[in-house]
Formats: sequence, structure tokens, C-alpha cells
Amino acid sequence: MYSTKIVKAENSSAAVQAIGSSKEGKILAGGMTLIPTLKQRLANPDCLIDISSCGLEGVEDKGSSVRIGAMTKHAAVAESSSVAKAIPALADLAGGIGDRQVRNRGTLGGSVANNDPAACYPSAVMALDGTVHTNKRDISADDFFKGMFETALEEDEVIESVSFKKPEKACYMKFPNPASRYAMVGVFVAKFSDGVRVAVTGAGEEGVFRHSDLESALSSNFSEEAVSGVEVSSDGLMSDIHASADYRANLIGEMTKRAVSS
Amino acid sequence: MSEGIGASVKRKEDKKFLTGKGKYTDDINRPGQVYAHFVRSDVAHANIKSINTKAASQAAGVVAVYIGEDVAADGIGGPICGWVVPNRDGSATHEPPHPLLAQGKVRFVGDAIAVVIAESVEQAKSASELVEVDYEELPAVANLETASSGAEIHEGMKENRYFDWELGDEAATDKALQSAAKVVKLSVRNNRLIPNAMEPRSALAEYDDLGGSYTLHTTSQNPHLARLILAAFMFQIPESKLRVIAPDVGGGFGSKIYVYIEEAVCIWSSKKINRPVKWTADRTQSFLTDAHGRDHINNVQLALDESNKIIGLRVDTVCNLGSYLSAFAVAVPTYLHGTLLSGLYDIPTIYTNVKGMATTTAPVDAYRGAGRPEATYLLERTMDAAAREVGMDQAEFRRLNFIPKDAFPYQTAVALQYDTGDYEPNLDKAMEMIDYKSFEARRSEASKRGKYRGIGVSSYIEACGLAPSAVAGALGGRVGGWESASVRVDPTGTVTVFSGAHSHGQGHATTFSQIVSERLGIPNANVEFVHGDSDKTPFGMGTYGSRSLAVGGVALSKALDKVVEKSKKIAAHLMEASAEDVEFKDGKFTVAGTDKETAFGDVALAAYVPHNYPLETLEPGLEETAFYDPMNFTYPAGTHIAEVEVDPATGVVEIVDWAACDDFGNLINPMIVEGQVHGGIAQGIGQALLENAHYDENGQLLTASYMDYCMPRADDLPSFKVECTNTPCTHNDLGVKGCGEAGAIASPPALINAIINALSPLGVSDMSMPATPETVWRAIQNAQARAAE
Ligand SMILES: Cc1cc2nc3c(=O)[nH]c(=O)nc-3n(C[C@H](O)[C@H](O)[C@H](O)COP(=O)(O)OP(=O)(O)OC[C@H]3O[C@@H](n4cnc5c(N)ncnc54)[C@H](O)[C@@H]3O)c2cc1C
Repeated sequence: MYSTKIVKAENSSAAVQAIGSSKEGKILAGGMTLIPTLKQRLANPDCLIDISSCGLEGVEDKGSSVRIGAMTKHAAVAESSSVAKAIPALADLAGGIGDRQVRNRGTLGGSVANNDPAACYPSAVMALDGTVHTNKRDISADDFFKGMFETALEEDEVIESVSFKKPEKACYMKFPNPASRYAMVGVFVAKFSDGVRVAVTGAGEEGVFRHSDLESALSSNFSEEAVSGVEVSSDGLMSDIHASADYRANLIGEMTKRAVSS
Repeated sequence: MSEGIGASVKRKEDKKFLTGKGKYTDDINRPGQVYAHFVRSDVAHANIKSINTKAASQAAGVVAVYIGEDVAADGIGGPICGWVVPNRDGSATHEPPHPLLAQGKVRFVGDAIAVVIAESVEQAKSASELVEVDYEELPAVANLETASSGAEIHEGMKENRYFDWELGDEAATDKALQSAAKVVKLSVRNNRLIPNAMEPRSALAEYDDLGGSYTLHTTSQNPHLARLILAAFMFQIPESKLRVIAPDVGGGFGSKIYVYIEEAVCIWSSKKINRPVKWTADRTQSFLTDAHGRDHINNVQLALDESNKIIGLRVDTVCNLGSYLSAFAVAVPTYLHGTLLSGLYDIPTIYTNVKGMATTTAPVDAYRGAGRPEATYLLERTMDAAAREVGMDQAEFRRLNFIPKDAFPYQTAVALQYDTGDYEPNLDKAMEMIDYKSFEARRSEASKRGKYRGIGVSSYIEACGLAPSAVAGALGGRVGGWESASVRVDPTGTVTVFSGAHSHGQGHATTFSQIVSERLGIPNANVEFVHGDSDKTPFGMGTYGSRSLAVGGVALSKALDKVVEKSKKIAAHLMEASAEDVEFKDGKFTVAGTDKETAFGDVALAAYVPHNYPLETLEPGLEETAFYDPMNFTYPAGTHIAEVEVDPATGVVEIVDWAACDDFGNLINPMIVEGQVHGGIAQGIGQALLENAHYDENGQLLTASYMDYCMPRADDLPSFKVECTNTPCTHNDLGVKGCGEAGAIASPPALINAIINALSPLGVSDMSMPATPETVWRAIQNAQARAAE
């Protein structure tokens, strides 16, 4: 990796300031994505702003939603009793990310900010009608994810926390890529009193997306049969050495069925 | 005795390895050491128009930058080919040069163009980015399908073919095919694999300008061989001026047999700049430049008579050997593959033709099993297809065609003579272990749960204990196949074994100690094992082809014979008896018919403190060396049976059971043997389900990291049931055969056959490797679509 310097920010405004005063500063959260990128010399930031001391960790039950600090590690979400009680599917999702080491370093904020098309969390943010809280504003899930590795975040914007609405029922079904064990297809199904939200990760050419056909089918009939009635199109799905678009389309249907029936 | 032959003692070396205390090449540092980093081609095939190293040379910390012209100016040769074969038309294998650094042309992504040597790794990498290479791109030749029609890779080499070799009787075989009651035809592909040793390759070279000699620490499975090739063929320096040390090596699987260009560049530059030079591959370089494995397409025709007995076999193979011929690249698909095509079946006539092709991909060479997995895969897939086509049970069809127990020694139609074997007990035992007879009940139970359950058999034989030198030489090998061992007994009776074999995970320190313990009656803890240093051990051929025990272990046994023989003379003197009357057992010398006895330790002491010693007739000291050249290969054989369940909705294959029954001859340490079998099966499952080196049409390796190249993990594997039978090898003193590769050889066809068996009710009769979920799902979709037509 290229040499760089690290600053430890005391709070998010200090972090924002540090970004502003650097040329190409980057926020360092768990480093699970950023550090390998640096090691492979694919990025050359002049400054890393460590936000681990900004007080951005923790889970808060807000009644109709759960708010989780950006620096909360996947392992902490997986083990949190409030998450388990309010949205068990979210705890399951976090517990299924990567391996033990990754879960003990990787963070919610890092995952959401990175918006890897195969990452798990973005599907939860979408399906649970989440809100991304930054130092500047609140961004709704539907406005936040802008395509592969793209988000609504501005250069000097730091995610402070993410809120997830409590569903009546939810389930995340992940079909892992056998090599990376990221999602080859991950489907998050959340049933709310006013309808069902279905978010798909790992499959879309533009990253995470909501599947409107599955949502409307399930909103009127929350059953496996309803899913079977939907022809999942392969349009807009990724084709790569691991899976073709039509196999991914098949998996979307299959994972949705399993999520619904679980 | 409980620590001797046959005891499952814990491995001596494990404490070191399990606590992270192993000392690998990259752990070794020398004063004044600098670091090499290679500028590598990022295109598959191109002429190099120019290389500009000026900015790199002036970058911070840079000590030197060298390119191909500098190598050429110093007259340093490239890695050589250790085995060649004649072509069908009598001409020789085409052996194109493999320069240390590209000479005007690059031939695969990862081909080395320049080396940058700097005070730190990071400085070397930064400066490397400043080297400017101007390419004139040429079309890539990325796979076997396009090899013969693709752009010329090596000057003057027609149709990108290194060789076109044959074995067996073509006329007789074709006649058998014509007269057959049934001919079973199958085309199979053996997928391309990347070895992925846990420790990446590394080299540390140091030049001593006072003595004019070099020391190379390197990740080698055979340090003496590396020394011979480097000194005599590449550098043309006295062999004695190069010491090669392979310290702890973290796995090889074949990929660390060969001399690679990086080691040679470190040696060469260490003299030029007179500083120790270290290079260690990062994982990306390992993926790109370690010799890959397999990559065959085999067209098989099996002739059967009316009673379903095999009467002939023809196999036409093309194999991808990559951009340059690696040391044993030619041997693997020919003499380690063509000669195994009889499997454990009585086949009167066999013919095979193998074309070795060049492509603009990494070199391909031996990988765990080396040739025998390819032979076993095509044969066992064909046996499976044949059984299905004639409507026989897959196990019984094999049994019908096994070489009968009373036919040994058995001369195959493809050169090898099997000394001994008994194949039915392995099949019977494996069937019993997996409860073969109740399988159909399990299949119907699974189908109630919506799963397709299948069972697959693979009966294999392999030739290991490489190799009888005269045979290897007659077939084109350029090295010997013997092994060496020295036994040094200390005055106090402790022992150090110096072996020419090299352990990089196999547990030699334990196994070899057990042989000493058994023979000399001393505790295992009193035996040290030294290997991997050309200055310490006798010249040895190293470790590959499951040869360490079958050849190196036997050399040790012969050295121990000499120690015992001399000790008896000393003991006879001490006990005032004649040597013929002295018996040696459990560490004690006795004289028949008397109560005289003397301990091994007393004899050792007398040898070194020869106050009372027959110095007139016997040298003092107790140290013996033996070199052993085997009479024949050894022939482990066995049967593996896999049971799977397939989820038709996703194509996911779950391995639900695995039974392996192998005949490895005598076992020294059954626990280590079982571990080797487990590891081998895991690798075979990796090949069958998960692993695939994927080059795109531009010759870019798309699977150059663990994000894309899928290695087997513990949770991909079932709990294996492993048992052994034993027909001791008839031609070596220990009766041992070798077990290191068997698992990787036997397992892929067992698994693929099981998947086909599971899906056969749908009409599926073929499955390619790796059988990824999508591959399996697609086979189901296609079969259902066919059925619907
Ligand atoms: C082996 C492995 C397996 C994995 N498997 C999975 C998996 O199965 N599923 C899955 O979903 N993920 C997986 N991941 C990704 C992992 O879960 C991390 O979440 C992810 O790498 C990013 O989180 P991080 O905290 O490490 O962020 P970092 O690597 O520190 O940062 C990532 C990016 O986000 C930016 N960033 C970080 N925090 C913030 C913030 N608060 N505000 C604004 N920008 C920010 C950084 O500047 C950087 O650009 C895996 C990773 C590895 C290494």
C-alpha cells in the first residue's frame, strides 16, 4: 500500500472537518473493504480518518423503529438482544456476513456507505424502509442507493446511524457466492401492516433493488404460491463467471419463497 | 514398540506449526537484504516494443532495475524441461526457451518483464509502477479449444503444439472398437486448477563474494534438484557453489517442484548488487504465476463384448500446458496419465494419443495426483456411463472387469506391470461402509423431501513411488528416481536422520522417526529429522508423486540395515561372540543360546569411544547412508463411494456420506495416512464442485483471488469414513505404497458419478466439473425441457 496518514476523529464533525482539510481523505470504519483496497494499491488517499472514537456505536429501540450506530459491528448487531427482539431477521443477516473476523471489524455504516452490489445490509435498509442519518440530513433508503458502489452520500458526509422500521414479520435469505460468500442472491422480505417490501441484493446490475412484482404479489397474498405466480425476469440482472442472469432470476424466486415460508 | 511402525503417534512437528512457530523462507532475513518486485505483463500476448526503466531506477530506495536484455547479456539460461517425449512422427518435443525476464515478447498475464530491487518491498512496488512497457498486442490464445488455430505463441512451433505423443496398439484397439458388441463414448473435461499452497512462493538469495558461492532459501519440494538445475543448467556454476535450503514449506501440491524464474533472478541479482535479495509472492502473484494443474479434454471410447467385459479402450486427449513448458509438464499428461489408463481393469488393448498444447496462460504442471486424477476421472466416468448403458449396477460392472486377484503380477496394455493387488475387498468394504444395498430406500425417502439422492462409485489405481530410474530414463525422464537417507547415531545412542525427501506437510519427522524407533528400539523422541538443506543431507530427489515413504523411507530402512549390521559386529566384539550369532531385537543385542546382552546405546558409545573395539577390522563411528532406486512403481488402489443430495430448485449438491477404502500396503502411521486421505478427498471435492481457473477470451485470469476462486472449506465437506486393506508392496523392504495423492485421484469421479446417479431419473447423463449449483441446475432444466418435448 502507499503510505498515508491516519487521523483519529473525536466526533463526526471533526471527521467531516478532517475530510475537508485533506485532498482525498477517506473515512476508515472497520477497514474490511478499505484496507484490502489500499493493500492492492487500488486507492491512494492522503489521509484516513478513523471514526472509531466518534461515539457512533450502539443499538437504540425507538418504538416503531430500531436505530443502529454506524460504527456498530456486525457481530454486535448479531448478538444484540434488542435487535433480536425487534427485528430478528436483521440480527440473522448480520450474523451471516463474512466470517467471525469480518463480523468483529466490519460495520453497518461501512457496509451501507460502500454499497457493494453483493453486500447484505443494503437489502435490509431497503426492505425495512430504513433511513440513513448523516451529519447533514436524513436520507430514505429509496433515495440512498444509487447503483453499484454509488450512494447519495456527498464527499463530506458521514453516516452516523441507520434506522430500520419494525416489520410484522421479516426474513433474509442469502444464497452465498461459494467463493466469496457474499450474496450471489440475497432477498430480504419484510411484511408491514400496509404492504410487503422485497429487496434483492447480489443480483442487480445497478446494485440492490426492490422487486415491485414480488412486492405486489406478496402484499395481496403473503404465500409461496404468490411467489410462484410471479415470473422473475432476468432483465437487469448480473451475469458473471459465478452465475448467469437467468440463474440469478431463478434464485430470486427461490430465496423469496424460502423467506416467505420461514 | 508402541511408537514404531503401525502406531498412530501424534505428529512431532505439529506443536511448531499449530502455534505459528514454523520458520518459512519469508521469516528468514539477512543483513543488508533488499527486496525484488517483478513488473509483470498485464496482457496475455504481446511483442514488447520498448521498456523504459529510467524513472523507476531513480525512484526512492531503488537499488537496481533489470530487464531481459540484462539477463541475456550475462548469459543466464531459463528453467529447463525435466522430461520430454517423442512425437508420433518420431520428432522431438518442442522445447521453447523460457527466459528469466521477457525477451521481446510476453506470453501470459503475469509473465515477468523487469525486476525492481529496492530497500523495501513498498519502494520496489512503487518504483515498479514507473516502469513503462510499450506493447504491440497479439491475439490471446486463452483455451484448449482455440489453441491449435490460435496465433503463434513460440517461434516456429506449429499449431501451438509442444508434442503429439502416443502409447499402445492403435490397430488392435481400433479393431476391438469395430468388433465390439457395444462402444461407450464419452468426452470429458478435467477442469483447470490453481494449487493454492498456504505459503506463497518465496526466495532469499545471498552471494558470498569471498567464497564465490551462493545460498538460496526457497520454497521447494526438492532442494537438491533445484540446485542441480540452477547451477548446472541455468547459471553454469559449480554445483558445490550453490547451497539450496528449503526450510519449513507450507504446502506444495506439486507447485513447488519446479525452479521458477523468480528464484533464479534473486540468485543472479544477489551477485550483481552483492546484497541478499528477497522476493515473496503476494496471493495475486500466486494465482497468476504458480504452475496450474490439469486442464485436459479427453475423448474416450470403450469397447465391450456381449458379456459386458471390456475388450479395448481408446483415449484421445488434448491438454493445455500453458505459455512455457514447466519442468514436468510433459510427463504429467503422458507417462503419468497414459500409462494409468488400464485402471484396475483387465483391458486387453489400449491406445492413447495426447497432444500437449501451448496457450497464453500460466504454465501447467503436476498438481496433487499429476496425470493419475485425469486418467481416473475419464476412466471412472466412462465405467459409470457404460454400466448405465448396459443396465448393470455400477459396482458390479466394475467387479466384473477388475483384474482378478490371481492375475498378479499383471502386465497392462500401457507399459506398467502391477506387482500386486486385490481390488474386490476395497469395493466390498466401501459398499458395506456406506450401506450400498439400502441405497434405494434412502433415494425414495429423499425424493419425498423433494431432493434427488445419488450414489457414485470410483475405483482407482495409481502409480506412485516415482520412479525406477532406468524406466524413467527410457521414457524420456532426465532425472533419476532414487532417494537417499543417512542415519547418524550419536555416542549416546540418539539418532539423526538426514533425508533427501522433503516434508512440506506430510509429517516425515514423525513417520521416519517411527521407522527408526521400530528398527533400533529407541524412543521416537530420540530421533531427529533433517531435510531440505543441500549442505546437510545427502543428494536427494525430493518429495512428489507419493514417493517419500515408498522410496525415501525404503532408503532409510536400507541405511538402518547397515547400521544394524555394523552394530552387530561391534556388539559381537563387546560380548566376545561371533557376529553371526548376534541377534538384535527391541534395542538389545543378544547371543543365541546365552544370557549375554548389550544395549544399543552401549554399542553406539563403543563406536565413538573405541577403547574396546575391533579397530583392525572395523571403522569407528556409527553413521550410514543408503541410496535406493525402486524396482517398480508402487500401486495403491481402492474404492471411494460418495452419496449426495441435490436440491433441484437451486442445483446445490450436498455431500451426505463418503466411504473410502484404500490399499496403501503397510501403514507406518495410520493417523497420518487418514489425514492424507482426508486432505486428498477435500482437494478432489474442490475440483469436482468448486474450483476452476477461469481465463476470459483475452487471456485475463478472472479467478485471481479468493473472492472468485473457490477453495473447499470445512463446511463444504462431510465426515469421511476411511478404512484400509493391505496387500503389501512386493518389491520394497517396507511393503509400503504411498498415500499422498490417492484421495485427490479417487474423489472427483465418485462425486460426479453420484450427481449423475442422483439426476439419472430425470435423464441426466453428463455433468461437467466443477458441478457448481448453476451447472447442476441447468442440467436439470435442460433435462426437464427435453422430457417436456
Ligand atoms: C472476507 C470478507 C467477507 C465479507 N462477506 C460479506 C458478506 O457476506 N456480506 C456483506 O454484506 N459484507 C461482507 N463483507 C463486507 C464487510 O461486511 C464490511 O461491512 C464492509 O467491508 C465495509 O465495512 P467496514 O466497516 O469494514 O468499512 P471500511 O472498509 O472501513 O469502509 C468502506 C467504505 O465506506 C466508507 N465509510 C465507512 N464508514 C463510513 C461512514 N460512517 N460514513 C461514510 N462513509 C463511510 C469508507 O470511507 C470506505 O469507502 C465481507 C468482507 C470481507 C473482507
